[in-house]
Amino acid sequence: MDDESRPIFQQLAERLENEVIAGFIAEQTQVPSINELAAFHRINPATALKAVNLLVDEGTLYKKRGIGMFVSPGAQVQLISKHLKKFEFDFIGPLLTEAKKLGISNAAIFQMLGKENS
Amino acid sequence: MTKIIEVQALTKQYRGIRAVDGVSFTVEQDGIYGLLGRNGAGKTTLMQLITGQAFKTAGKIDIYGENPLEHSAVLEQIVFIRESQRYPENFKVRHVMRAAALLYRNWDANLASDLLKDFRLPTDRQMGKLSRGQASAVGVVVGIASRAPITIFDEPYLGMDAVARTLFYDRLLTDYAERPRTIILSTHLIDEVADLLDHVLVIDQGRIILDSGTEELRGSASAIEGPSSLVKEFFTDCKVLESQDIGSYTRAVVSNLSASAVASATQQGLIVNPVSLQQLIVSQTSGELTNEKEAAN
Repeated sequence: MDDESRPIFQQLAERLENEVIAGFIAEQTQVPSINELAAFHRINPATALKAVNLLVDEGTLYKKRGIGMFVSPGAQVQLISKHLKKFEFDFIGPLLTEAKKLGISNAAIFQMLGKENS
Repeated sequence: MTKIIEVQALTKQYRGIRAVDGVSFTVEQDGIYGLLGRNGAGKTTLMQLITGQAFKTAGKIDIYGENPLEHSAVLEQIVFIRESQRYPENFKVRHVMRAAALLYRNWDANLASDLLKDFRLPTDRQMGKLSRGQASAVGVVVGIASRAPITIFDEPYLGMDAVARTLFYDRLLTDYAERPRTIILSTHLIDEVADLLDHVLVIDQGRIILDSGTEELRGSASAIEGPSSLVKEFFTDCKVLESQDIGSYTRAVVSNLSASAVASATQQGLIVNPVSLQQLIVSQTSGELTNEKEAAN
């Protein structure tokens, strides 16, 4: 995992969330086991377990006893709305701070956004 | 969790040098512990004491509630892979495997032969004819395939190339996930193992200076960089681990920098970065010797 400032289990949980949002892991399908996740990301299995438990607690994943972990129905929509709430804080805030530092007006930002979209 | 190793006020004095100096810590069942520290910090002595290969000067070691010294029931539970292990002359790789099979109760011969293939070790070659890295890999194979409840590796990979080391981490982790055990890994290559560790013990000049879960350590220290006058204003609210000046510019490693302090530092144009486990340990153990004199008494 690449971000030194945040716990690995949070980063792994986010990675799995992003895969669900992007539709790489469909709802009602099985996700890799704890041991597979640990081996793949070269992390401690206890850390992988913590990430999966976090997602179970938040309702993104559910356990089928003796079989494994599955993506909950409705998880994709639920995660998108969760990430929408964070969007302003994570992306718009830093954007405005940097713009202010460089003296870029809001109007100029809008203009740049228009260019990106076209 | 069950405590399986309990060390209290453990001291080992060699003539004039206190290699282990009043060390206390506990190790719980099933976890990967990193024993980290500089050359000569006391790591190997500590592991020798735990595995009953050296006599303590003072203090207490309990493994499963017993003193490990000359205690076969305790020592049977332990595999200790040493740096630069020596083998009898004319011993071939397969003889080492056969000896290990006799010594370790949980020995898995199939796993051992898989590992030998992974590491491309010729079983008919004499140990003395192997390269440094190949000899180290034989130790790694014994350490993993013995599946001992307490598995201790002391700098196991002297001379092993990056491919072999990666293989070691992968195979250790896979087997650990299937069969949890207590692993103590002593190493200098902190960056390589940081993500594998549950817990970190840092030893410096014979003393434990850090004993903490790895997750708690992540993000506990930051590097802060910028004009000295601005950087040093933050020193009052946190612990300074390391500080370097160049002209009127300062770079410092500090611990416990609050989120609001990070925000205000960034706003003032200072550069704040998280510190890796390796950097954190370097900044905590790079000071000069302090206990040389005391040890002479």
